Amino acid sequence: MEGQEAETQQKDDTSKRHTYPLIRNSDMHDEMRTEAMELCVTACEKFASNNEGAARMIKETLDKKFGPAWHVVVGEGYGFEITHEVKNILYMFFGGSQAILLWKCA
Amino acid sequence: MPVSNPPAKSDRTSLSKKSIVPGQQVRLKPGSVAQRTIASVRDEGEQEEDDNQWEAKSLLKPEDQLNLTEVELKEEITRILKANNPNAPQNIVRFNYKEKMYKLTPHVEQLAIHFQMDGNLIHKDSEEAKRQMMTKKEETSTETEQEEVKEVEVKPSADDDDEEGGKKTAGKDKKLTNQFNFSERASQTYNNPARDRFTMTEPPPRSNFSSNATQWEIYDAYLEDYEQQQKSAKDQKKSTLKAADKQKVKKTNQTDQADDMLKVSRSAKILERMVNQNTFDDIALDFKYYEDDADEFRDQEGTLLPLWKFSCDKAKKLSVTSIAWNKKYSDLFAVAYGSYDFLKQAKGLILLYSLKNPSYPEFIYYTESGVMSLDFHTDYPNLIAAGFYDGTVAVYNTADSSQIAKYSSSAKNGKHTDPVWQVKWQKDDIDGNMNFFSVSSDGRVVCWTLAKSELLFTDVVTLSLDNTLENPDGGVVAALGCGTCFDFNKQQDQIFLVCTEEGKVHKCSKSYTNQFLDTFDAHHMAVYSVAWNSFHPKIYLTCSADWTVKIWDHTCKDPLFTYDLGSAVGDAAWAPYSSTVFAAVTADGKVFVFDLNVNKYEPICEQVVVQKKKTKLTHIAFNPNYPIIIVGDDRGNVTSLKLSPNLRKKPKEKKGQEAPKGPEYEIPKLEKILALVRDPETSAKP
Repeated sequence: MEGQEAETQQKDDTSKRHTYPLIRNSDMHDEMRTEAMELCVTACEKFASNNEGAARMIKETLDKKFGPAWHVVVGEGYGFEITHEVKNILYMFFGGSQAILLWKCA
Repeated sequence: MPVSNPPAKSDRTSLSKKSIVPGQQVRLKPGSVAQRTIASVRDEGEQEEDDNQWEAKSLLKPEDQLNLTEVELKEEITRILKANNPNAPQNIVRFNYKEKMYKLTPHVEQLAIHFQMDGNLIHKDSEEAKRQMMTKKEETSTETEQEEVKEVEVKPSADDDDEEGGKKTAGKDKKLTNQFNFSERASQTYNNPARDRFTMTEPPPRSNFSSNATQWEIYDAYLEDYEQQQKSAKDQKKSTLKAADKQKVKKTNQTDQADDMLKVSRSAKILERMVNQNTFDDIALDFKYYEDDADEFRDQEGTLLPLWKFSCDKAKKLSVTSIAWNKKYSDLFAVAYGSYDFLKQAKGLILLYSLKNPSYPEFIYYTESGVMSLDFHTDYPNLIAAGFYDGTVAVYNTADSSQIAKYSSSAKNGKHTDPVWQVKWQKDDIDGNMNFFSVSSDGRVVCWTLAKSELLFTDVVTLSLDNTLENPDGGVVAALGCGTCFDFNKQQDQIFLVCTEEGKVHKCSKSYTNQFLDTFDAHHMAVYSVAWNSFHPKIYLTCSADWTVKIWDHTCKDPLFTYDLGSAVGDAAWAPYSSTVFAAVTADGKVFVFDLNVNKYEPICEQVVVQKKKTKLTHIAFNPNYPIIIVGDDRGNVTSLKLSPNLRKKPKEKKGQEAPKGPEYEIPKLEKILALVRDPETSAKP
């Protein structure tokens, strides 16, 4: 019993830890990447239960900051194959369950 | 049909339309233009009916006009026009009811209108015109064109308002023009031709990316990241001290700085050379283009033009002990610094100078002991062999950035026990290893082979043995022959000459160690230098402290030429461009240049090149390509000198033939001169 508890505790521990943003793939410049990442975090925290809203907010802010034609996907399970402009892609996980993909392609 | 003016409603007495300024005097002549106008105005009715009559300008006289004679007509009658109207009554008296009495009215209307005519034009914006236009428009919409024409014809007799309206209808859409004075012009401006241009930008580079976002993948990714974090945390703990890390950081910073310096160094070097090129511009031009014109008048003699002077603070109190040109880069040379004074031995120096930068050496090597000799490798221009006062030999690699010699002999591996007076690279041996020879006062000639990491030595000749053989009595006393210099035959490189302080020259072969092929009693004092001719395989020269330079045939016991230069001869060298030219430097600061082809007995140039007295010249070297020599003195200076045209005479061109060149020509040239010397000798000997 104790062992199980410990395990669950560890799980909780890890799941708690798994809330930070984790970048899986990005070829952006450092500055742009951190900015985009922070933007995703704020958007997802603001629209915690509204993925569409989060995506819209991210897209619109990016369009303003880095020029138009950004595409954003926020979701928990999806597959994709996209064409993006080089140096303009970010694929990251956040909150332990959300995958956020944003790229630019005009 | 001309449009006529309506009859003037004017006074007969009017003179003109012009109003008359009060007080102005107008002198009228009877029958003048004014009178005529009056007449014409008066008779306008008649003129209208007959144009011809108007043209004829025949005067009509009114019936009541006075008939005057010519004299009366010519008589001038002066009238003065005044503001007062002469016809106006001046004595009008009215009854004033207020004062109940008759009173004289002082102000009487003085204005007299002589001529008045109403115009037939009205302003188009005026209400009258607008109204007319409206009505005419309505009329024209209903009337036919013919009617219109008719109306136009009829109109002139009608009153002026109607007439204007008629005019307007005739030009329906045309703008209203001054009917008496207008014209219409049309023109088209030139339009620049239009042209199409188009281009297309390259689209920004794109790439594809695909993945699946699923819960388990997200989970795995986080887990992996978590593990990595744990690991790195452990590593940090393991590396205990942060200080160590900091040191590492510092180290990397230092290397970065070094890298930065390297980046800058190249451009800095270029800039330095540019500055030097500017400051030594005149010398550079002299080096390239100056030819002493005075040579033509000097017959045979020539001069030396001093060019750059190479001196370095670090080498101030040292003397130049050896100079060598680089065999590949003909602007680069190395200078060895040491001391010839037994009592004043100090540290040594090797400097590599380039003609492109006379102000500062390209490379500097500091040595513990004085450098006595050096040589550049023929095939590897970055390798320098050096011999030291303490007997060691070393090899420096200029391609390495380190100050330390790449190879160095030590007490364990056969280092000399006395100063190494000369080193010379040889061709690679059978195994392909680089090797060089050295000679020292300890009486050994040693061949050094550069193995992978060490210097291997083989004694080629030991001079002492020969000495005892030659001179059995003195064998015990002078057990060692002190080698001072050597040179390998340029054609048969197993044959070489070794000279000693005793003034002897030994002919040796690499094949027979410890055995001399021949021995010459060349000089009375130490031989300072020996050199094979650049072209002729049998001829060599020696120079010595006994003030002489001698030229020898190695098959002959006696010298072919002997020149006494009046001072110890520090060094002598054959010119690379001619078989008959050689130069020598002496202890009294002079450079001698000889051309046997020109003069067999006297130098063709004898010139003092040092600036301070008592400066000894120690070494000389011809540049392999350019007509310059460098000489070193015992104060650490190196001077470059340009040979004037007389000192480097080329064989005369024969008509229709190319100028003879190369050893095919140079050997017979020298042979011819030698024959002159040999014949009496051989005839004298028997």
